[in-house]
Amino acid sequence: MDKISITKLEEIKTEVTESRKKQKTDITICGGTGCHAYGCLEIAQAFKNAIKKQRLQNQVNVRTTGCHGFCERGPIVVIQPAGIFYQRVKLDDINEIISETIINKKVLDRLLYVDPRTGERIVEEKEVPFYKKQKRIIFGNNGFIDPTDVKDYIALDGYKALTKVLFNYTSEEVISEIKTSGLRGRGGAGFSTGIKWEICRQSLADVKYVICNADEGDPGAYMDRSLLEGNPHSVIEGMIIGAYAIGASEGYIYVRMEYPLAVKNITVALKQARDLGLLGESILGSEFSFDINIFRGAGAFVSGEETSLMASIEGRRAFPRQRPPFPAQKGLWGKPTNINNVETWANVPLILNKGADWYSKIGTKKSKGTKIFSLVGKINNTGLVEVPMGITLREIVYDIGGGIKENKKFKAVQTGGPSGGCIPAEMLDLRIDFDTLTKAGSMMGSGGMIVMDEDTCMVDIARYFLEFTQEESCGKCVPCRIGTRQLVEILTRITQGKGEEGDIKKLIDLAKTIKEGSLCGLGQTAPNPVLTTIQHFRDEYEAHIIDKSCPALYCKDLIVYYIEPKKCVGCLLCLKSCPVSAIKGERKMVHVIDQDLCIKCGACLDVCPPKVGAVSKYTGKKRDRILKKAYSIRVRK
Amino acid sequence: MENLSEFEANQKDLIHILHKIQAEYGYIPSQALSSISKHLKISESEIFGVLTFYKAFSLKPRGKHLVTICMGTACHVRGAPMILDELKRQLSIEPGETTEDDLFTLETVNCVGACALGPIVISDGNYHGQMKTREVNKLINKIKKEIKE
Repeated sequence: MDKISITKLEEIKTEVTESRKKQKTDITICGGTGCHAYGCLEIAQAFKNAIKKQRLQNQVNVRTTGCHGFCERGPIVVIQPAGIFYQRVKLDDINEIISETIINKKVLDRLLYVDPRTGERIVEEKEVPFYKKQKRIIFGNNGFIDPTDVKDYIALDGYKALTKVLFNYTSEEVISEIKTSGLRGRGGAGFSTGIKWEICRQSLADVKYVICNADEGDPGAYMDRSLLEGNPHSVIEGMIIGAYAIGASEGYIYVRMEYPLAVKNITVALKQARDLGLLGESILGSEFSFDINIFRGAGAFVSGEETSLMASIEGRRAFPRQRPPFPAQKGLWGKPTNINNVETWANVPLILNKGADWYSKIGTKKSKGTKIFSLVGKINNTGLVEVPMGITLREIVYDIGGGIKENKKFKAVQTGGPSGGCIPAEMLDLRIDFDTLTKAGSMMGSGGMIVMDEDTCMVDIARYFLEFTQEESCGKCVPCRIGTRQLVEILTRITQGKGEEGDIKKLIDLAKTIKEGSLCGLGQTAPNPVLTTIQHFRDEYEAHIIDKSCPALYCKDLIVYYIEPKKCVGCLLCLKSCPVSAIKGERKMVHVIDQDLCIKCGACLDVCPPKVGAVSKYTGKKRDRILKKAYSIRVRK
Repeated sequence: MENLSEFEANQKDLIHILHKIQAEYGYIPSQALSSISKHLKISESEIFGVLTFYKAFSLKPRGKHLVTICMGTACHVRGAPMILDELKRQLSIEPGETTEDDLFTLETVNCVGACALGPIVISDGNYHGQMKTREVNKLINKIKKEIKE
């Protein structure tokens, strides 16, 4: 491809739109991470083969696009322009889709999404309740773009903001636009993006850098990955605009190594942008030159912290350092550096295309725009959701998420990853933005939202997160290195039924010390899961410590599995599935669990047919009685 | 041992070099340290410090088959610890270890971002979603069977 000018960019746009018009139908297959795991690539290939076999290539186009967000229902196939939304598509369905939907224009009812509340089958994607309350301004284009083809992005006004900025705006004007928009960093802390850029712009140096932080380490959060995989050019365009505003000549995208598809798509996208002259020397014929490198992380959670991330790019251990000097003054190799998160960068072209005034109308007073959350855990509709700031938690969990799995009781939602906290059911009407979440003791973080139900033990969750941060602590600061270890030990003791009086106070004191005595965000926020669970679920802690019982029936050391003799029909299912042969019995005879052998893996509970429902879990006094009885039988024998 | 001429003689290329060697051998052989040290003109102890800091690099060779279990929060609340216990029991190894016959290496990962499918076990790059404890045995046997064939 030749290097292009602005007119060429327009030509590409017209060319793609025209050729789309000729092809009557567009079969798009979601190529996000979730759908990949479901096997979407085979489905896409099978579609291509079938279309070829039927000689329909001139009328039908098959494309693998970015993530549609509704991961629960993958693999997802959307037929455009009608917008027919097929979910959980299997290889066997393909021939029928082609013969019925593509050729005969009939909708296949069985592949449609059924609204569980009304039982109604829904044809169009935008009518599905999961999407209805969303505002997909950043994420919406994913479904229309083949991430490996820059033309798809250009056809949707891609790089239009860049041309506008390069030839009509001074760098001050760009920064002022971003400041007016009210955009705040999506990586977690929520610092004003415009002010961050301004500080970096004012630092004088021969070389400046911009970095895209795609080291998305929070477990349960994967929106950055889906943006990079599904719409890489939006991030690249944002970075070029940022670099122009700041005066940077080189950029880095720091991607987690666990994201191979993101690395692949971004590498392709960078090459295409370079070939078109959108990166490199004198971009689009202007006087501005800038290029981007990709850097693969190597598996360290702390490298998501900005000073650690820079140390990692420099080829050193990802140790954080004292701030100030801030990266905007002294960053990568001592030069002024601006770091923003993937989602922040993706917001930039949109703001410049549609204007700061338009953007600042979305959201709340102090948090503008939308936020992508990954809604996961015990929720019916797992997936990525983009919502305006200020939406209530209830709307996300019930209207978009479709409520809790198996109609269980909602207990809490955990936001902000290992640095965040748990928000209990009483706060379901909380309007979500940066400040309300911080006030509730949690934080926005990168946007993970893990839903927990009555079966989730909150002490165990606190232990889980602390075990995570303890392992990921780089070891530089003593309170973080040793303090988190002590927290894990106390919490583990409590979940094993060895908790002592005074443990809760010990946890709170230690947590506060770690928060105060740590250098970087990891240590300063690591105790949040402990503090918020104690604040909102103190009764669960007390049940573990005083009654030696786990109300959620989760902690292995505090529960027993028991087969109710009155309910057991003697079907041998559990007996056969037990991996340690702890269940004794014969056909049509009541089965009994040998409590000495039982490893509490839960296999028997899984296989016992729901209508029989003979296997139960017990904790506390009932558990003691069952164990006592089992012991007396053994003694008698 | 390695041809490192494609990399700059600058510490900033250290992690790139380690990635390349790890991908090629499945671990970082100890001889590699001295060649990297010569090329980048930094001490072996510095390289050792960096490579042991990051989880991506290993000084021990891995088994023939890599079984990874996601321990992300979404998988955790859906029962990943039970699956891990069963994997440890079936393979008689702890995470990070390799079986005596060098067939399996068991590893944990903090999140693979396929939370809708949790709990997830990945065997040699293949995703097995919504795992149940009783399916662990089947999975291991399937891999063993494939080896025999």
